[in-house]
Amino acid sequence: MDFHKYPKEYDVIVIGAGHAGCEASLAPARMGFETLTLTVNLDHVAFMPCNPSLGGPGKAHIVREIDALGGEMARNMDETMIQIRMLNTSKGPAVHGLRGQSDKQAYHQRMKRILENQDNLDLKQQIAEKLVVEAGEIKGIISKTGIFFAAKKVILTTGTFLKGRIIIGEAKFNAGPNQQYPANKLSGSLKEEGISLRRFKTGTPPRVSKRSLDFSKMEPQPGEEGLSFSFQSEPLKGEQAMCYLTYTTEKTHQIINENKMRTPLFSGVIEGVGPRYCPSIEDKVVRFPDKGRHQLFIEPEGAHTDEYYISGLSTSLPHDVQIEMARSIPGLEEVEIMRPGYAIEYDCVDPEELKLDLELKKIKGLYTAGQINGSSGYEEAAGQGIVAGINAALSLQNREPMILKRSEAYIGVLIDDLVTKGTPEPYRIMTSRAEYRLLLRQDNADQRLTPIGREVGLVDDKRYQSYQSKIKGVEKALDYLRDENNKVNPTAEVREKLEELESGNLSKPVTLEALLRRPELSYEDLRYFAPDLPEITKDVAEQVEIQVKYKGYIDRQQAQVEQFRKMEEKKIPEELDYSQLENLRLEAREKLARVRPLSIGQASRISGVSPADISALMIYLEQYNRSKKDDENGDK
Amino acid sequence: MDILREDTIAAIATPFGTGGTGKIRISGPDAYEIGDQIFRSVQQGKKLKDSESYTAHYGFIYDPEAEKKIDEVVAIMMRKPRSFTGENVLEFDCHGGMTPLRAVLELVLANGARLAEPGEFSQRAFLNGRIDLAQAEAIIDIINSKTEKSLDIAVEQLSGKLSQRVDEIKEVAVEVLAHLEAAIDYPEDEIEGFSPENLDDKFNYIKEEIEKLLISSRQGKIYKEGLKTVIVGKPNVGKSSLLNYFLEEKRAIVTDIPGTTRDVIEEYVNLKGIPLKIIDTAGIRETADKVEKIGVERTRKSAEKADLVLFMLDISQGLTEEDLEIYKLIKEKPLIVIVNKTDLPAQVDKNKIEHEFKEHSLLWISLLEEEGLEELRQKILNEILDEELSGDDNVIITKSRHKNALLKAKKAIERVIVSRETSMPYDFLTIDLKDCLNALGEITGETVADDIIDRIFNDFCLGK
Ligand SMILES: Cc1cc2nc3c(=O)[nH]c(=O)nc-3n(C[C@H](O)[C@H](O)[C@H](O)COP(=O)(O)OP(=O)(O)OC[C@H]3O[C@@H](n4cnc5c(N)ncnc54)[C@H](O)[C@@H]3O)c2cc1C
Ligand SMILES: Nc1nc2c(ncn2[C@@H]2O[C@H](COP(=O)(O)OP(=O)(O)OP(=O)(O)O)[C@@H](O)[C@H]2O)c(=O)[nH]1
Ligand SMILES: [Mg+2]
Repeated sequence: MDFHKYPKEYDVIVIGAGHAGCEASLAPARMGFETLTLTVNLDHVAFMPCNPSLGGPGKAHIVREIDALGGEMARNMDETMIQIRMLNTSKGPAVHGLRGQSDKQAYHQRMKRILENQDNLDLKQQIAEKLVVEAGEIKGIISKTGIFFAAKKVILTTGTFLKGRIIIGEAKFNAGPNQQYPANKLSGSLKEEGISLRRFKTGTPPRVSKRSLDFSKMEPQPGEEGLSFSFQSEPLKGEQAMCYLTYTTEKTHQIINENKMRTPLFSGVIEGVGPRYCPSIEDKVVRFPDKGRHQLFIEPEGAHTDEYYISGLSTSLPHDVQIEMARSIPGLEEVEIMRPGYAIEYDCVDPEELKLDLELKKIKGLYTAGQINGSSGYEEAAGQGIVAGINAALSLQNREPMILKRSEAYIGVLIDDLVTKGTPEPYRIMTSRAEYRLLLRQDNADQRLTPIGREVGLVDDKRYQSYQSKIKGVEKALDYLRDENNKVNPTAEVREKLEELESGNLSKPVTLEALLRRPELSYEDLRYFAPDLPEITKDVAEQVEIQVKYKGYIDRQQAQVEQFRKMEEKKIPEELDYSQLENLRLEAREKLARVRPLSIGQASRISGVSPADISALMIYLEQYNRSKKDDENGDK
Repeated sequence: MDILREDTIAAIATPFGTGGTGKIRISGPDAYEIGDQIFRSVQQGKKLKDSESYTAHYGFIYDPEAEKKIDEVVAIMMRKPRSFTGENVLEFDCHGGMTPLRAVLELVLANGARLAEPGEFSQRAFLNGRIDLAQAEAIIDIINSKTEKSLDIAVEQLSGKLSQRVDEIKEVAVEVLAHLEAAIDYPEDEIEGFSPENLDDKFNYIKEEIEKLLISSRQGKIYKEGLKTVIVGKPNVGKSSLLNYFLEEKRAIVTDIPGTTRDVIEEYVNLKGIPLKIIDTAGIRETADKVEKIGVERTRKSAEKADLVLFMLDISQGLTEEDLEIYKLIKEKPLIVIVNKTDLPAQVDKNKIEHEFKEHSLLWISLLEEEGLEELRQKILNEILDEELSGDDNVIITKSRHKNALLKAKKAIERVIVSRETSMPYDFLTIDLKDCLNALGEITGETVADDIIDRIFNDFCLGK
């Protein structure tokens, strides 16, 4: 290929300006490295091709983790969203999940502006077609228009663009999401470098015109006051947008059943593997025939558009069937579809090709993040994006990579799952994937990760100080509650007050901490019994309450983490030759050789590796380390 | 994944079935804390955790819950790194024989230790640099052999039944957990078949089923005491000879004088991996002699408590009134009728015997010529595997490891129930419910994590 070398050489090039790409670009630029971001279309930076929302359990946790590390997603959402709610409030503090409705245009525009204004960052509309790799190390990329951009590190965040193909019933055409231009060559270049690829698929529902909807037939779903994603933001103010709930009908199901053979899903045209957790409506109707109705949320795509998104109606049925089907839904009888729903197939990388820092095992300096790694979702993409961006920069600084542990962050769970176990379908984060869920709360994401973000160099003074003052506030309050001198005596006055608060009686003096353990009492309630109670902010009080009320459970999880940590700390040398491990079963040997786990803990999570294999591996390692030590001693 | 944990492990460190004294070895960070919970030194207030390495302490093992003395022991301290495993090691030399030895082990396990895997002491020894490479390789063999066919078939059959029961309980727990997790991860979706009352029923069901399994182990089934097998018969039929045959030694005195054995003799033998507690009794005969009456009474009692009775006849003496009297005492028990001395001329019609005992397994043997004995072993084994014998639940818990896992599962489900009673949010139920499932998984060798995710998507219609 003929090409021209671009005069400026970059430290980091990020291919893609989706959710992964934006975080992957901002991190190294903010850490002081010359960064270039390429995207297929500049009018789609941080574009949301599917639902106009962020969050939910697990996903919201990731958004807050990105925020604590110094990323942009949470702040961008807070600045542009039009509704916010807290889900799961009755199910325990660890699974509370924020969910915000975004304004897609506003979200895109603000993020684009952030990139444009970021020092050290150049943003360009260019389609990358070829990786330049020399001696197993990335050197840069060549674009469709023939420019060679050189860089020390490259991060691929190509989402669903690689050989993207859209399917709407019998209509099929090559395209990226939202009918953008697809990237047809880049995955071929990966393949040439020996990287194993997969073909996955996903889908999206139709968008409809507000004028054609009858909201009176639906249940309104309002937002809530006082919430924000970022630890640094003020809560969302002013009037919030409204969402609505409606349901499919028997008629809808009948239409689907009559036409399902016209969907590529059932006629076999789609080769890609789709996720089970985002089934298309035709999938749901066929797999769960007994379910009389499926719920649908009608959500605005933004404040300045009439387009509404029908959450729950993802489909690749033919356009005409989509129209008929939509009109069988209460409130949608007259509906006008503005954009039909579609399925999209795309190439992605087998995540077993990756190391935990998201660098490819086979190509030094090349990282991948986001949907290209087999995940799905904006939040999952952004979480990987910031990790890849940070690690590319750390590597340029000759520092150790940042690898978040499963006991530390959902982002750690996400990446460890992908890299260690691989994924047979597009991967979505869920709180049930985290073993130490109670410790990985969204309310303490800042406590978990701000120090790490600070260490890396992404957390500014202001953020760090507010983190420190939160920690201090919690300590001070806890000390006070535990102090024997502040015990509450069972006086008549105290008893009366307790009765008023609908709390049980008191027979002997107790610490304030013991009182706070009562589910019905809040930190502020204690002020009746202890006028000197430290004044603390709402979020500090929340921490104090959680730590006191759920102490037993938290301590138990912490003990489990302790066990876990020991195994994670038993490192496996990268150069280990698994073919030497004759005591291991062949299957285990092959699996281990492919994944190349960094620790015994990680090795034990690989499917197909048994406890007996692990003990044999541990024994071998001990042997290995000793013979190495002997060698070293011999040299001296 | 037990092997990965750096916890405290324990096991009986003397071979099974040797009787007499035995040693319990405990190794790991909490060895002395665990020891102190159940050991009381004769020196008042003396704590193992404050004692020097390489010291021995005389005292007693107490069950702290029942406040009951279990055994007289000598506790031996070996602090890390200078112990066999390189960790803190505590050994109890127990004196009361097999039953108390096992009881002591159970106490150790109940107080925080985990039953050691085969080869695990040695493995730790290696990892801590206490043994060399050649020895380590031998250990890998042990670890690997666990999964190979050297595992006894009978035991496998037993644990197969157990696994099946445990799977049934797990299935309920997985179902509930999948419901809870789906409700948590998909707050906006409708989760069908999910109501709070429903939850409590399920939790109670899980608890009761685990308890049933535990009872079947507590009833003194095989794993704990061995299968109680009592040999009865009138004098001189060859009872003691049979015991000696099983033991491969002359444990009981054998003479041709009727009434040689005057008291009950108990011994453990290992029958294809299953411990049998064989009890030889005084021959029962109708007698006016008071001393003998006591012996007969004892025999009757041990037969009563037996899991299996081997009723012995002597073909050379024929079928006598005495035989039939004895038979009356024991005929309700699981029974194998053994006709001995087939090398001698028969004094009774074989058909008559077969008719008389047609409801039972019947076997012709000669201890002198060692005939029919392999068949006898097989018959005993069949009796063990027979459903009737194995208690209400058709399941026998054969391994301390299993029992321990069940105890852990029980504690976990009890915590779930307490959390329900104190109205804790769903998330807190899942923590202990997962613990419960993991404990049950230790029996069947499966982990839960991926299971649940699969279940969520298979059972519920979720997502956009
Ligand atoms: C139809 C559809 C339905 C979806 N449904 C869901 C869902 O239900 N739930 C869910 O959680 N997620 C869903 N998603 C996924 C979600 O949109 C993505 O997971 C998320 O946007 C991925 O972020 P990303 O940064 O990895 O990729 P994207 O946001 O797709 O960004 C990719 C970026 O890479 C650029 N790019 C690609 N190739 C090149 C190249 N060769 N050269 C230069 N630039 C390039 C693009 O221009 C773009 O900027 C859906 C996506 C689509 C398209
Ligand atoms: N011929 C022959 N003799 C046997 C056989 N089995 C045992 N004997 C003999 O029978 C006699 C009695 O055997 P024991 O084993 O002492 O009988 P027991 O039932 O324990 O007798 P008590 O303890 O007196 O009740 C001994 O002399 C044995 O050697 C056999 O199969 N064939
Ligand atoms: Mg005898």
